[in-house]
Amino acid sequence: MRVGTPQKVILPLLGVAAVLVVWSIVSATVAPDLPAPARTWQESRRYVLEPFFKDGEMNQGIGRLAFYSLVRVGKGFVLALAIGTPIGFLLGLSRRFHESFDPIVQFMRPISPLAWLPLGLVIFQKSEPAAIFTIALCAMWPTVINTAVGVRSISQDYLNVGRVLKLSRLKMLTRIVIPATLPYVFTGYRLSLGLAWLVIVAAEMLTGTPGVGGFLWQEYNSLVYSHIILSVITIGTIGFVLDRLMGLVEARVRVH
Amino acid sequence: MAYLEVRSLRKTYTGRRGATAVLGGVDLSLDEGEFVAVVGYSGSGKTTLVSLIGGLIAPDGGEILLDGVPVTAPGPERGIVFQQYSLLPWLSVRDNVALAVDAVNPGLPASERRRITDEFIALVNLTPAAWKRPRELSGGMRQRVAVARGLATRPKLLLMDEPFSALDALTRATLQDELLRIWGARRSTVILITNDVDEAILLADRIYPMTPGPDAVLGPAIEVGLPRPRQRRHMSLEPAYQKARQGLVEFLRACRPSK
Repeated sequence: MRVGTPQKVILPLLGVAAVLVVWSIVSATVAPDLPAPARTWQESRRYVLEPFFKDGEMNQGIGRLAFYSLVRVGKGFVLALAIGTPIGFLLGLSRRFHESFDPIVQFMRPISPLAWLPLGLVIFQKSEPAAIFTIALCAMWPTVINTAVGVRSISQDYLNVGRVLKLSRLKMLTRIVIPATLPYVFTGYRLSLGLAWLVIVAAEMLTGTPGVGGFLWQEYNSLVYSHIILSVITIGTIGFVLDRLMGLVEARVRVH
Repeated sequence: MAYLEVRSLRKTYTGRRGATAVLGGVDLSLDEGEFVAVVGYSGSGKTTLVSLIGGLIAPDGGEILLDGVPVTAPGPERGIVFQQYSLLPWLSVRDNVALAVDAVNPGLPASERRRITDEFIALVNLTPAAWKRPRELSGGMRQRVAVARGLATRPKLLLMDEPFSALDALTRATLQDELLRIWGARRSTVILITNDVDEAILLADRIYPMTPGPDAVLGPAIEVGLPRPRQRRHMSLEPAYQKARQGLVEFLRACRPSK
């Protein structure tokens, strides 16, 4: 079935409406503590309509909170790329490096942020660097793995061109290996950004730092449940937008 | 000794299902400035032969001498035009050719290298498309870039591995004519690998038929007695053409693959 332009708008709205209906029913029946959509909006409107107000450290507009979280994620993400990209290239280029470190990568990859964070606190003694450490450590694996796979799947044809021309190691890297790997690298970056955003909530919850995740946990403890929903929706929206933005960057790199 | 000497060259690939002897002792020789074609069925090991002479893979036996020097590794003095073009898609036409020019002329000033690059782009009539990326080009244009890149290093020997087999018949004919013109002007030493008997006769001075693998070998070379410069038109009516064609076809028929 072909989906026309009006339907592209109507059908997603229909999906949203269905979720709102289920949400209302759940809050009216099995979970009386869960605020209904209307009440959620009423209690959250100030946070949304004045997104940058600041009454105190933990009572700020959602835009301000999101900004704190984004900065934190940005730092962790950049750190993840700065560490992950070279490791990925080394894994892909050197058999010895691969044999030495691939087991470590596979071992560290599935470790949850909840496990890293206390260790970060032990190492850094402060919550902010611990949070960034956790984000970087959890978010770098897709970059590492995609880069390594990208390097290993460079077409032999391209490498042969370099071999016939007897290119130096450096030229082989800058003119052939890196450009050929770039699309894979950026797919890794997109996945890493998604993970970084996923980790932020856990990191902020555990460290109690101001941000969307910290706000969410605080409001749970203050029994303002509607703000939990506000936070969840904010997290989802930002995650979606970030993914789309990275998708655009990725598509630009994928031109060849 | 000839300019290029290939003596009892053997290559066996060992896979999970056992070993396949692809080349079973290939002998081939050609003189400087000669255009030689190798004609054979698909899958008979022609690409393996190119990869061996190019130095991309090592033989299991036999030797290759170019200008008296044994071939042990790839190098720019043996240019290769690959069947699948192998242009770098992230570089423009110019930069693809420049990569080759810069690689072999590190001592020349940039302006001189640029001049050489432009010369070879002009040689294949691609000056208007010099800034395009390979994906913006037709198959015929891509293969022209590959030819320009192959020639731009001024190799002692140019290896062409079925360069036109991926092109439609009309484009193929155009590129064959262009290759004829370019070769006439430059007299490079060329080995052309092809499965097209007419292409081989049109372009080559001498043609080696190849038996189908496993254990492929080259049959006795057939001289193409056609005078140069050659014209595609009327060529098929010439007795020299028919003689060469008959010789080749008979040899290839006689050793047709068993399936």
